[in-house]
Amino acid sequence: MLEFLLRFFGRDTTASKKIAKERLRLVLVHDRAGVSPHLLEALKNDLINVISEYLDIDTTGLEVSLNQENDSVALVANIPILRVKRTFKTSPETAVKA
Amino acid sequence: MGEVIVITSGKGGVGKTTTTANLGTGLASLGKKVVLVDTDIGLRNLDVVMGLENRIVYDLLDVVEGRCRLKQALIKDKRLENLYLLPANQTRDKTAVSRQQMIDLMAQLREEYEFVLIDCPAGIEMGFKNAIAGAEKALVVTTPEVAAVRDADRIIGLLEAAEMEAPRLIINRLRPDMVRKGDMMDIEDMLEILAIDLIGVVPEDEYIVISTNRGEPAVLDRHSRAGQAYRNISRRLLGEEVPFLNWEAGSSFMARLRKLIGLG
Ligand SMILES: Nc1ncnc2c1ncn2[C@@H]1O[C@H](COP(=O)(O)OP(=O)(O)OP(=O)(O)O)[C@@H](O)[C@H]1O
Ligand SMILES: [Mg+2]
Repeated sequence: MLEFLLRFFGRDTTASKKIAKERLRLVLVHDRAGVSPHLLEALKNDLINVISEYLDIDTTGLEVSLNQENDSVALVANIPILRVKRTFKTSPETAVKA
Repeated sequence: MGEVIVITSGKGGVGKTTTTANLGTGLASLGKKVVLVDTDIGLRNLDVVMGLENRIVYDLLDVVEGRCRLKQALIKDKRLENLYLLPANQTRDKTAVSRQQMIDLMAQLREEYEFVLIDCPAGIEMGFKNAIAGAEKALVVTTPEVAAVRDADRIIGLLEAAEMEAPRLIINRLRPDMVRKGDMMDIEDMLEILAIDLIGVVPEDEYIVISTNRGEPAVLDRHSRAGQAYRNISRRLLGEEVPFLNWEAGSSFMARLRKLIGLG
């Protein structure tokens, strides 16, 4: 009820320290790994090219980021799929192309 | 041979100069022979915070460039017998001194003083590199804000790369009321993120502003909570185990502490 009232009066009830901590955690993963936004952008474009050969993907909704769990850093890609392609390049074909 | 400790932060304006003045005064009032070195060349502040701005004749650059002897440039504190200040030059910039000159200067100071406290400029460039060059230990100051903690993390990385002793953290301007409401990161949050040891927490305190107006460090004021925090940190620097005060800690940190000492 209180929460409803607060929201009614336009106050965000999420404790802002949680937001601060989450943002910090993410920004530090990038800082510490020394990964530039430029590198991630290039990686993202390459991923789009490769995956588009197999699946129709929503390139505007595609997100690539680093994430930290405990002591290890992971590359996380969120790739919305529009549809699976009926035909996709098989390996002989790629071999021919190459 | 004394200890050379640099007070640094990365981000500007988080309380390095305030901390240097208060810890220096705190250590001196505990009977230690202390010298404060302002390395913020071009943006001299420590003299004003200490209330010594009218006594400056020579500065750090005069010493390293040989225009005066070290003794002539050291300014004796107004209140404490065993406290001195080596002021920064105000007309030149950070490139005016070299790393080697700083190393030599600190080596000279530590012969005479039990504690050499270095007030480091903001940033990670030349001024920072010079300030840490002659130091063996570091205190990293941060405030409970995203940008300050981020910069502290960067600084900790650079100190590690410089192969200095593991730095210790001072959290400044904490507001216990905001921590309780969940609108400020608590001590536990910051320690978890930065993964270094805590040496003290200084609350937001208007006495700091008042004492800076007067040029008398808050650590000398019995009524100031920030002053109390700085007295505690000074004693911890001497190796004493001083318990953390109630307001110094967020709730979860206190709970863990109680568990540790068998109360919870
Ligand atoms: N605990 C505190 N409570 C209230 N005000 C504070 C506190 N600590 C510092 N301040 C104020 O914050 C301002 C910046 O402090 P200070 O000059 O010590 O920061 P700094 O890190 O040395 O800055 P710079 O990077 O510019 O050298 C000053 O006006 C000071 O009075
Ligand atoms: Mg300063």
